[in-house]
Amino acid sequence: MTDSKYFTTTKKGEIFELKAELNSDKKEKKKEAVKKVIASMTVGKDVSALFPDVVNCMQTDNLELKKLVYLYLMNYAKSQPDMAIMAVNTFVKDCEDPNPLIRALAVRTMGCIRVDKITEYLCEPLRKCLKDEDPYVRKTAAVCVAKLHDINAQLVEDQGFLDTLKDLISDSNPMVVANAVAALSEIAESHPSSNLLDLNPQSINKLLTALNECTEWGQIFILDCLANYMPKDDREAQSICERVTPRLSHANSAVVLSAVKVLMKFMEMLSKDLDYYGTLLKKLAPPLVTLLSAEPELQYVALRNINLIVQKRPEILKHEMKVFFVKYNDPIYVKLEKLDIMIRLASQANIAQVLAELKEYATEVDVDFVRKAVRAIGRCAIKVEQSAERCVSTLLDLIQTKVNYVVQEAIVVIKDIFRKYPNKYESVIATLCENLDSLDEPEARAAMIWIVGEYAERIDNADELLESFLEGFHDESTQVQLQLLTAIVKLFLKKPTETQELVQQVLSLATQDSDNPDLRDRGYIYWRLLSTDPVAAKEVVLAEKPLISEETDLIEPTLLDELICYIGTLASVYHKPPSAFVEGSRGVVHKSLPPRTGSSESAESPEAAPSAGQAAEQPAVIPAQGDLLGDLLNLDLGPPVSGPPLAASSVQMGAVDLLGGGLDSLLRSDVGGSPAMGGGGGFAAPGPAVPAGMGAPLGSGLGDLFDLTGGVGTLSGSYVAPKSVWLPAMKAKGLEISGTFSRQVGSISMDLVLTNKALQVMSDFAIQFNRNSFGLAPAAPLQVHAPLAPNQSVEISLPLNTVGSVMKMDPLNNLQVAVKNNIDVFYFSTLYPLHILFVEDGKMERQMFLATWKDIPNENEAQFQLKDCSLSADAVSSKLQGSNIFTIAKRNVEGQDMLYQSLKLTNGIWVLAELRIQPSNPTLTLSLKCRAPEVSQHVFQAYDTILKN
Amino acid sequence: MSASAVFILDLKGKPLISRNYKGDVSMGEIEHFMGLLLQKEEEGALSPLLTRGQVHFLWIKHANLYLVATTKKNANASLVFSFLYKVVEVFSEYFKELEEESIRDNFVIVYELLDELMDFGFPQTTDSKILQEYITQEGNKLDTGKSRVPTTVTNAVSWRSEGIKYKKNEVFIDVIESMNLLVSANGSVLLSEVVGTIKLKVFLSGMPELRLGLNDRVLFELTGRECRRGGKNKSVELEDVKFHQCVRLSRFDSDRTISFVPPDGDFELMSYRLGTRAKPLIWIESVIEKFSHSRVEIMVKAKAQFKKQSVANGVEIAVPVPSDADSPKFKTSVGSAKYLPEKNLVVWSIKSFPGGKEHLMRAHFGLPSVEKEEDEGRPPIAVRFEIPYFTVSGIQVRYMKIIEKSGYQALPWVRYITQSGDYQLRTS
Repeated sequence: MTDSKYFTTTKKGEIFELKAELNSDKKEKKKEAVKKVIASMTVGKDVSALFPDVVNCMQTDNLELKKLVYLYLMNYAKSQPDMAIMAVNTFVKDCEDPNPLIRALAVRTMGCIRVDKITEYLCEPLRKCLKDEDPYVRKTAAVCVAKLHDINAQLVEDQGFLDTLKDLISDSNPMVVANAVAALSEIAESHPSSNLLDLNPQSINKLLTALNECTEWGQIFILDCLANYMPKDDREAQSICERVTPRLSHANSAVVLSAVKVLMKFMEMLSKDLDYYGTLLKKLAPPLVTLLSAEPELQYVALRNINLIVQKRPEILKHEMKVFFVKYNDPIYVKLEKLDIMIRLASQANIAQVLAELKEYATEVDVDFVRKAVRAIGRCAIKVEQSAERCVSTLLDLIQTKVNYVVQEAIVVIKDIFRKYPNKYESVIATLCENLDSLDEPEARAAMIWIVGEYAERIDNADELLESFLEGFHDESTQVQLQLLTAIVKLFLKKPTETQELVQQVLSLATQDSDNPDLRDRGYIYWRLLSTDPVAAKEVVLAEKPLISEETDLIEPTLLDELICYIGTLASVYHKPPSAFVEGSRGVVHKSLPPRTGSSESAESPEAAPSAGQAAEQPAVIPAQGDLLGDLLNLDLGPPVSGPPLAASSVQMGAVDLLGGGLDSLLRSDVGGSPAMGGGGGFAAPGPAVPAGMGAPLGSGLGDLFDLTGGVGTLSGSYVAPKSVWLPAMKAKGLEISGTFSRQVGSISMDLVLTNKALQVMSDFAIQFNRNSFGLAPAAPLQVHAPLAPNQSVEISLPLNTVGSVMKMDPLNNLQVAVKNNIDVFYFSTLYPLHILFVEDGKMERQMFLATWKDIPNENEAQFQLKDCSLSADAVSSKLQGSNIFTIAKRNVEGQDMLYQSLKLTNGIWVLAELRIQPSNPTLTLSLKCRAPEVSQHVFQAYDTILKN
Repeated sequence: MSASAVFILDLKGKPLISRNYKGDVSMGEIEHFMGLLLQKEEEGALSPLLTRGQVHFLWIKHANLYLVATTKKNANASLVFSFLYKVVEVFSEYFKELEEESIRDNFVIVYELLDELMDFGFPQTTDSKILQEYITQEGNKLDTGKSRVPTTVTNAVSWRSEGIKYKKNEVFIDVIESMNLLVSANGSVLLSEVVGTIKLKVFLSGMPELRLGLNDRVLFELTGRECRRGGKNKSVELEDVKFHQCVRLSRFDSDRTISFVPPDGDFELMSYRLGTRAKPLIWIESVIEKFSHSRVEIMVKAKAQFKKQSVANGVEIAVPVPSDADSPKFKTSVGSAKYLPEKNLVVWSIKSFPGGKEHLMRAHFGLPSVEKEEDEGRPPIAVRFEIPYFTVSGIQVRYMKIIEKSGYQALPWVRYITQSGDYQLRTS
């Protein structure tokens, strides 16, 4: 007899029938009826009308029946909250049942009923169950605390359940420990600053002991929790690693991956010279290889993680290439991942084998896989120079197959190979040209057109080839159109006599007949360049191209480090930080790897705690990579560009982006427009045009200047950092600019030193800011009264206001500046300390403070450690006050001083702070709450700077 | 941290049964699962993780069922997949076969198990032998005194109950080595590895302490034993040993001792890989000649590359043929060949294949004069075999010590066998 019979009664009046049966005196009939109800519920029928009748069956000594009724309650309690109260009594009674199975069942189920009224009654039974003599009940109760916290966090805190939960970490039973850890981790995750998992060497030791005894799942909870711990020095890190490595032999892949996470993270702290470091590296390879024999889904997760591990520490798997060879029956998602890892591991030593495999894959039938294999061959050529020739001949073989998508992919990658090894493989162009007609994908067409344009002088019929594309110009995609335009201009510059007509045609197509702003703009630039200064045009259009990088798709290092901390989780599979896909995690402090420390210096390590994120970022010139620059040099087509060569050129060109918006107005009015720059509008960067609104603050700024300068008093201002070089002379034709920011009695200024290190006199200085996060703008023109002679310096204090245009920058406190003189325009960017924006009336009323603190959601709270600050509370308070951080109240709790402080930013954002100072401990704990949590990091930096100077 | 809810769906994506563990993901979201899966499949971007808005679906397929976990958090994906496979294992042991029918037939117990397997997204007790002690197929009656929580659930030894009794105390040890092989079309060996497992069948009373001694090279080196090559004390190098949760991992890590309290009945004690590369046991050379519009001619030569004393049993060599082939003709020097049109294979079976021997098969197929449009790909030749009383590695069980406080004598029985694993030879 099976349960399926319960699904069959679908007659009319069923509910009434069931009702009668539920109220039957016979136990068996009752149970049958409840099963029917559950069956209906399972298939999605609404049986909530039977609520009171089912609840009546709750008081039974039949465990199966009881479980069914509980199940029913879990499903319908939320829709019938008032009725659910009826069940409370039985729950409370069951929590005291002599049978531990029933006690646990009751407390487990109660936690799943997310009805406020019920949770109130849950507290007392839960408290008892947390101290139950039976570990089965305690482990269930531990999880229940997390459930309750999810429903009503305040209640859990008020009732002191968190402390009981923490005590359970020391429970004698490993399963209870594991569940307590899991529950605490879960709660801590939603409240990152709650300091719940206050791990210290003692508690870590307990966890490591429990690790040996609990179930596989418990081991995962514990390992994941350990991964959040920050060992105090390399010795502790090593001893934890030693105790975690045995887990690599566990049969459960998830245990292995969690152990790998802990090891990869703590390894960061070990010195590479240590013998143990080498041992650990060797121990990691075999388990990672074994993960590939797990079920395909687990293999996939493992492969995505191996992809990260290979980027972080390529030495681990460098000899294991073969295990990533693709098998015929691998699912496609496994195949694609294996391919990616193969390329990452490709080196001169194994390239022959890799190529042989890739060629094999390129003749398979799965289109996506084949495409990726062809592309991989190109990547190998670029990565391993010795193999380039073989790769090219392999690609030519593949082109001979005439399989359409193979040919197209091959052409796209050959273009990259040309870029990487100029003047080496151009002999194959003829073969490529033969396949011109079969190209129907934009990327392949664009690649082919680029090749024709780039090598126009070697292709006899280049003009005919390009002309053939021109016929259907308007049907092409933007990518192809842009490429065609550039290619024809290149052709014209190389063979001007025969192609004048062609270039006229394409320029008019691009500028007059197209609605696409990118295309039009590029067309106009070329047109003007060609008509005003063909020599310059040649220099720009036929400029030498920067090298393309060897590795593509590399994950940016800080993100990679963060992802390493998330091994095994969704983040590691998506290769995205959790903040990118988990709601409400934006305010959460990003995880980062621990800094490498030696045990001797770690104690007084001056670095801020890693938990505070990337503290103390050095202001750096961040070259703005102008899109326009990219377009001009055809970078839109190529793979990512390697850093240095571009960075160098972008000092001049890069900031065109800046120019496009506001600065051109400056140029036009002040410089009067040199012929080349005359059409400033035409230079606007592709993409949404930036309104030329920067002129306004200049004008109104003057007014502000008078207001502000009038008020300069004698009061001491906030902390001023020493000047640092913002713009080195090398990058600005001899003009060196160093500076700092200061705030005195409400006025912000940028204190600059301009030094002329060139041989000629400099004059006609002007300054302009790009839009920035807080609308900082010069309140007066940059006034350098006399021309600046060689080797002369001048100090200037430029008053600033905050009424400029606002645009959120990354990092938030980034300021992009343009300075002009008689020689040229120069660009640099700098980071300003946030405390120059702390206003004088930033002291909040006590009542107001309390209300606001409560009002701001907990997710917005961020916590930081201020290290090495051994000031007393009063000294801290007065030091901060100087920089407009106001102490509202001071409290002494259990020997530690708590300062409650407030500050206000120029744009009206309030930041509330709680600063904990323990006497004897040089590390202060700073909790910040703010409605705009993104400022917290910078406020913390301001604290750090002020207190340390 | 983990799953918010777990669903079991039929092939059409209709939920058969589900359990909401955390309540942070709407249960209605599952309706989008099937559409999403089909869409991704169409795009060629299918993966075991699917995302729709804030919700992530982690899924596996078993028989005619989909098992899906949902989450909104940055869940531990490997834990979730591991758990889903565990669910399959537990249900399969409860219902013999896990499929749509068995879910419908046992929905009450499925609910009970789902309640016990996971709590608030945290996997709990997933050992089916232990679960069977308190979640039984027939309804529980409280008054029978049964259905107390077995202390095992929360014990440090959570996989063995107390009070087990056997008249005859015995342990059966199976040492099974599988050879995985990948050979390229031109005959070069790309990958050849041996994966071993040691399986135990335990019929022992009480709470016995077991210690297994192997001729493990690392152990021999640790204990200073000579490893005379070719001598009686030949040792093997085991790479990446994985153990059942009953084995004390930290003990193994420190002195290579394999000590444990075993679960009752069948289980896999450990698995390992061989550090060294092994010679393929059965080597295949094939020539597949395709004459478009007329015929395919296949010649397969199989050679047993192991010692003469050993014999491979149940050898099956599966050779791919085009799907439009017809009128098969075979000739074999030994065994028989069979055409499986539904799988596009010729399977050549040889009951007994002694070491050192070589055999040949020829096959001939007709091809239609009208050629098929789509490309078929080139499936590899797959080989299956079993060689009893033989291991590639030469691994040996040196002793199995069984100590129980009652002091009974127990007998260990050992069997060795080598078989084919994922054994593929690509064709050109």
